[in-house]
Amino acid sequence: MMAVLAPENHGLRLAVRYLVLILVAAIFVLPLLFMVMSSFKPDAQLLNDTSSLRAFLPVGDLTLENYREAFDRAPVRLFVLNSVLVTGVTVLLALIVCSLAAFAFVYMNWRGRDVVLSIILATLIVPFETIAIPLLLIVSKLPWIGLDGIETTWLNTYRVQIIPWIADGLTVFLFVQYFKDLPGELIEAARVEGASWVQIYWRVVMPLAGPVIATAAILKFLLMYNQYLWPLIVVQQEQYRPVMVGLQYFFQLDTAWGEIMAYLTMITVPVLAFYLVLQRAFIASIASQGVKG
Amino acid sequence: MASKLTQSNRAGWAFALPGFGLIAAFIILPFFFAFGLSLTDQRLVSPNATQFVGLENYRDMLGLGLVTLEPERDEAGEIVRDEDGLPQYPRVRTITRSDEYPQYSGMGEWFSWSSGDTVKVVLASDVVFWRALANTLLFVLIVAPVQAACALGLALLINQRLRGINVFRALYFMPVVVSIVVVSLLWRFIYDGRDGLLNSMLGFLSFGAFEGHDWLGDPATALPAIMAMSIWQAVGFHMVIWLAGLQTISPTLYEAADIEGASKWQRFRYVTWPGLRNTAVLILIVITMQAFALFAQIDVMTNGGPLDSTQTLVFQAVERGYGRQDISGGSTISVVLFLLVLTISLIQRWLTRERK
Amino acid sequence: MKRLLMTSAALTAFGGAAMAQTEISMWYHGAGNQVESDILNGIVSDFNESQSDWTVTVESFPQASYNDSVVAAALAGNLPCIMDVDGPVMPNWAWSGYMQPLSIDEGLIEDFLPGTLGMWDGELYSVGLWDAAVALYARESTLEELGLRRPTLEEPWTGEEFMAALDAARDSGNYEYALDLGMNDQGEWYPYAFLPFLWSHGGSLVDRETYASAEGALNGEAGIEFGEWWQMLFEEGYAPGTSEDPADQTRGFIEGDFAFQWNGNWRAVATMEEVDDVIFLPAPDFGAGNFIGGGSWQFGVSASCPNPEGANAFIEFALQDEYLAAFSDGIGLIPATSSAAAMTENYAEGGPLAVFFDLSNDQARLRPVTPGYVVQSEIFTKAMADIANGADVIDTLDAAVDEIESDIEANQGYGHE
Repeated sequence: MMAVLAPENHGLRLAVRYLVLILVAAIFVLPLLFMVMSSFKPDAQLLNDTSSLRAFLPVGDLTLENYREAFDRAPVRLFVLNSVLVTGVTVLLALIVCSLAAFAFVYMNWRGRDVVLSIILATLIVPFETIAIPLLLIVSKLPWIGLDGIETTWLNTYRVQIIPWIADGLTVFLFVQYFKDLPGELIEAARVEGASWVQIYWRVVMPLAGPVIATAAILKFLLMYNQYLWPLIVVQQEQYRPVMVGLQYFFQLDTAWGEIMAYLTMITVPVLAFYLVLQRAFIASIASQGVKG
Repeated sequence: MASKLTQSNRAGWAFALPGFGLIAAFIILPFFFAFGLSLTDQRLVSPNATQFVGLENYRDMLGLGLVTLEPERDEAGEIVRDEDGLPQYPRVRTITRSDEYPQYSGMGEWFSWSSGDTVKVVLASDVVFWRALANTLLFVLIVAPVQAACALGLALLINQRLRGINVFRALYFMPVVVSIVVVSLLWRFIYDGRDGLLNSMLGFLSFGAFEGHDWLGDPATALPAIMAMSIWQAVGFHMVIWLAGLQTISPTLYEAADIEGASKWQRFRYVTWPGLRNTAVLILIVITMQAFALFAQIDVMTNGGPLDSTQTLVFQAVERGYGRQDISGGSTISVVLFLLVLTISLIQRWLTRERK
Repeated sequence: MKRLLMTSAALTAFGGAAMAQTEISMWYHGAGNQVESDILNGIVSDFNESQSDWTVTVESFPQASYNDSVVAAALAGNLPCIMDVDGPVMPNWAWSGYMQPLSIDEGLIEDFLPGTLGMWDGELYSVGLWDAAVALYARESTLEELGLRRPTLEEPWTGEEFMAALDAARDSGNYEYALDLGMNDQGEWYPYAFLPFLWSHGGSLVDRETYASAEGALNGEAGIEFGEWWQMLFEEGYAPGTSEDPADQTRGFIEGDFAFQWNGNWRAVATMEEVDDVIFLPAPDFGAGNFIGGGSWQFGVSASCPNPEGANAFIEFALQDEYLAAFSDGIGLIPATSSAAAMTENYAEGGPLAVFFDLSNDQARLRPVTPGYVVQSEIFTKAMADIANGADVIDTLDAAVDEIESDIEANQGYGHE
């Protein structure tokens, strides 16, 4: 697209580059801008604006009414806290459990290793929707020993939203790919010096794994934060409900779209914040994945 | 990479066991459970006893037949024609509901074509399943390469040294962090046929020449519309992966290419592309997996319609298992989907294997 | 009612401090609806204070996913004592063994609207404090401007009059669509709102004598005539189709884009606020009578409930006119008795929505009372959407019949004798 311009015309070239970047950015941002702008508009105006470019603009009667009403309609804070809790704990445990497994697959020799790895990779292609009911039947009968003694089911808890989601093929796969690219000499040297496997894992490998940790954490965060079907069927008490189940509170016979937009805007904020915090490490992470060891 | 000389069976299992154990308990076990269900007549809700039915569910779903319809003839043997001169054919149902043809019992018409005066009709015992299968494959075949290519284009676009390029990176990535359910809700307003945002923008850009189109209401555009939205939502993620790949290509290779006097295209073809090989494999695998699992968009936007043009396998698995309370039928789709994707990924792996 | 109050008073006096209260769990579909939740909580606390044997505790669920939650909980063996159930779904849950018949005083429900009583297998399983109704929303000014007769319950529009009204609206050029049917809501709305048109043509979703077959009921002559009429509504541009966006459905009538709207009474109050001269017309009669769907949310008792006496006591308690009226005033639904209707703002004689009470009483017909209904409803919904989108009418109805019948067979007749 630059070829039509004289190469010496730097100013113009630069302007065109930015123009292209901005036009493309508009494609990605406008629908989200529609969401945010709509959250400040009364329903009648919101719905009328969808037929024109006003949908993207902060025009008309702007109000925080939708936000106020959303808080009245549903315990928004509770839902966000539940989601952040479940998501945070799962991400943390997933990083440990999956990296440990990947470490074993890449650096250690043990009987059954290749078979187990193939099986884990095959689970990548099982869509969750298709195993939800069998899984429900399993967790409903699982016992648990907790602080309050023995329980006979996992339903209506945080753990039922966390434990089944800790390990998954994709996260293991990401760690395996990354570990393969780390220089093997480091591990060999540590072995020769008599370091234990745990020491090598914790002192040598994990300090180098920052980038892949960021990638895996973001993917897992998105997956967990957007959970809907699973909490819907295993949680019957409001106190454990996450944000996407909470969204259902807003689909009444008389749907208030402004409130929905306000709710959607609010629940998107934590994800955006999490992403921005990790963005640097994330981009660096994937960058280093291409390096072949 | 692994130390070839030392066996560490106990430590190896100890490290892998938490992960493998959880996957076994919460993915593999329920999957086998689902496989078991697919061999029974289990309903989601029913007081009737469950019976083992073997492969009947698979037969009922996969069964295909081909019949040839002869045009109807009057007593003189002349073909009966309607006002437009088109020959008249017997209704397919006279065959599928007839005791004469037990092999076609319960089947329906999937598609048909004319050959001469006769019409060939492909019958399927589960027409919606076959349509869902065809749509899913079409979705994967189009979305995987297009999304990968768009992502690469974006990666090339933002792999420039410009002030503020990080801001654009973040903006392009934004849709990824928004839930697909939320995105689907928003895009229903965008695709609305009466006064949706897309129509009004196209009308604006064409100075009113564009009349408006009912994107999700037209069987010809519903699936493409969902494809476009899905690509829009996910492309930022793959862009970042490509970008990472681009940044690993050594600058000295480009310098060498410049010395040789390579054109822009040649630079891409002989330096950039070979350097992105591994990235390409990773991206293709991830996109393919995601595309096969297409569900939320359909559930929110079209419910499989209009006229089954957006039915997909996972949507059908859920619709049957929950909506129609046919949990064994839903499980059967899951198993078929698993085998299908497994086959495809084995082929993909074979095609992209590293030739020595 | 008196007897009940006396009983509970006696229980209070008698039970007193002797026994600890037993907890009775209850699930309700009203999460996210503040008004509705407040009324229900009011009834619950009244009940808890009125006696000392039972304490009812409520867990609310969002309506949109309520049925999925209940089925999942039933599979996992985790149902509450008192559950809220959508009328047409009840036979499925009763047949599956999730519910037990009610044992409440029949005198209490004598005057209840027919649509509020959930009968299965000859027994009462559920009872509702209200019913819902559908009417043809119109403006008085529209009727005048188009020169149309105002239909009444005694003399509803015939099919021809109805089509003439749509033609007049379309030809006037004042409306984007003559009629809005709410086609974007592809859920229970379809059978609830559109089965009455099929009935009025003389067809039926399944054979309502045996519930064993749909052949000839859905795809018979009447069914095909209905299907062709249905398709014509969209082909000729009278009504927006399945891709209508939710915003248009909510605002279209109020903004004057639609001349008529086929809509539920739960939208009536909000519409009256914005449209001064809105009127609610009865369903047209296409030859075989004029109908609307009956049966809304009702209370029942789960089979696994360890204290059915407590559960039944609560349901009896909730059936008081005072509460029926409170729900009606709060969320605009039709109170189950005429005595409660008299206490409400909208349904009292001469009230703006009184017509709905009569609609419900005279026109309401239950959706098929069979455990298979939950599946048949999905099949019907898909068939209606497909026909609206141009699928061959006869093929589609035939295919729907085949599906319904194979489902009935797979469920061994759903327990009908």
